[in-house]
Amino acid sequence: MELDSLYQEVILDHYKKPHHKGVPTGEIQVHHVNPNCGDEITLSLTIRDGKVEDLIWDGTGCSISQASASIMSDLVAGKSIAQAQDALTHFTELMQSKGSIKGDEEILEDAIALAGVSKFPARVKCALLSWMAFKDAAIQNGAKI
Amino acid sequence: MNSPLDVAAIKRDFPIFNEEMRGGKRLVFLDSGATSQKPIQVMDAERDFYSKHNAAVHRGSYYLAEQASEAFEGARARVAAFLAVDVDEVVFTKSATESLNLLATSFERSSGALGIKAGDEIVVSELEHHANLLPWQQLAKRTGAVLKWFEMLPDGSLDLSTIDQIITPRTKVVAITHQSNVLGSVPDIAPIIAAAHAVGALFVLDGCQSVPHQPIDIATLDIDFLVFSGHKALGPTGIGVLWGRAELLDAMEPFLYGGSMIETVTMTSATWAKAPKKFEAGVPNMAQAVGLATALDYLSNVGLPNIHSWEMELTKHALAGLQGIDGVTVVGPQGLENRGGVISFVIDGLHPHDVGQVMDQYGVAVRTGHHCAWPLIRKLGLTGTTRASFYLYNDLADVDIFLESVVGARDYFRKR
Repeated sequence: MELDSLYQEVILDHYKKPHHKGVPTGEIQVHHVNPNCGDEITLSLTIRDGKVEDLIWDGTGCSISQASASIMSDLVAGKSIAQAQDALTHFTELMQSKGSIKGDEEILEDAIALAGVSKFPARVKCALLSWMAFKDAAIQNGAKI
Repeated sequence: MNSPLDVAAIKRDFPIFNEEMRGGKRLVFLDSGATSQKPIQVMDAERDFYSKHNAAVHRGSYYLAEQASEAFEGARARVAAFLAVDVDEVVFTKSATESLNLLATSFERSSGALGIKAGDEIVVSELEHHANLLPWQQLAKRTGAVLKWFEMLPDGSLDLSTIDQIITPRTKVVAITHQSNVLGSVPDIAPIIAAAHAVGALFVLDGCQSVPHQPIDIATLDIDFLVFSGHKALGPTGIGVLWGRAELLDAMEPFLYGGSMIETVTMTSATWAKAPKKFEAGVPNMAQAVGLATALDYLSNVGLPNIHSWEMELTKHALAGLQGIDGVTVVGPQGLENRGGVISFVIDGLHPHDVGQVMDQYGVAVRTGHHCAWPLIRKLGLTGTTRASFYLYNDLADVDIFLESVVGARDYFRKR
């Protein structure tokens, strides 16, 4: 079923047990919403020695948006800005691919499970919500990303 | 119950039902609350206008310009006949949203009894679609007027117990929906209209969810303004209607300025045409007006009482079915009293987006999310709902597939 390509097991696992989810405590907190559906995310992080630290997020939304936030936070937490930037670039490209690429597992790890989302244009924004929040937070913390 | 409509014949008038959805499924369209599908008659009317009569209306002395003006003004007359109002009381806009913005902006610019100024009060309700909230909220912000509202009760009705505090001698305008686009609930507007008029306030009815689905009697309702959109009533996009009492439209300031809406113009001043032209700046959406008139003729031919009773029959089956599914909760009114053919529901532990995505695999088109009524959704303590809305082209088989898809959505995530 086409649906199974969207809702892969790894996505539902992240949805049920999201990583790095809690109460954001950082001084700079970003709040992003998807005005079409009302999904919301609040995210904070700090940048120390060129690395993404203390990343924590909270939010409400569909399985895709919540799983994507969990996967994103795994990929960027504790990583260098350059590595995080690389993941962001690859993930954005994957989401815009309309199913034409599979994604580089070396870079994207669990995020390649979200490749199926790119075939459902209405859901791409769900998957990108947390990534855009991360980008915003990184910039506000002084990262050039 | 036998349908009062020949639904099979009606379905054949709508070419979209020949289209295959994902996985080759037939279309079960339950999102008419967002926009309706279009019968071939409406498409033909638009094509006919462009093919045979297209020219800018109210300009030019040539044959085609006369034809275009006749088609456009003929459309206005047909809309007026549909509403049983005077032809000069029908203003064409691009949408119901524009109709409401027109009113709010015009009241801001008007003087005397119509003008809104600091200290005046504007009343809405928690049921409102953003289109009937934001124009008034922002008008209040700009002018220093006070925005007040009726609160919603859990069954989707309005709490009228404090009506005396909400509607006061300072109230200038009351704008309320005829039917919630989210819950399908029908608020008891008669006491609100009476209270508004008792203090000399104007009453604006948002008819987006009612005009396409049931007979409307403006005289009995005793309202001052009515807005509705064409595209929810089998008509084209880009056309909406504002009806207003003639003496009010005459006293109101314009909304948009430009061609067609003037009487005289100098380099430093201008005077305005009479309503409705005063509110129709620029070359209007002509083919769309003709399409809308044809759509309303279609609805009249089928019969709005028939359409309404059929929608309620479909709603009865869908409600009973949903209420029998473990894990599903209908939000808003639970019965058929004080409701129309719109049902919102949630499934335990599932986000509406995920529910709608699985239902799509069955060919079922439903709306998910906050339905452009975010305050209402927050009031319910939800982040969104899944909404099914019925129309004249839906049949009982659609309801069956709908219910099957709801069970399918629940089980898809339950077993994984």
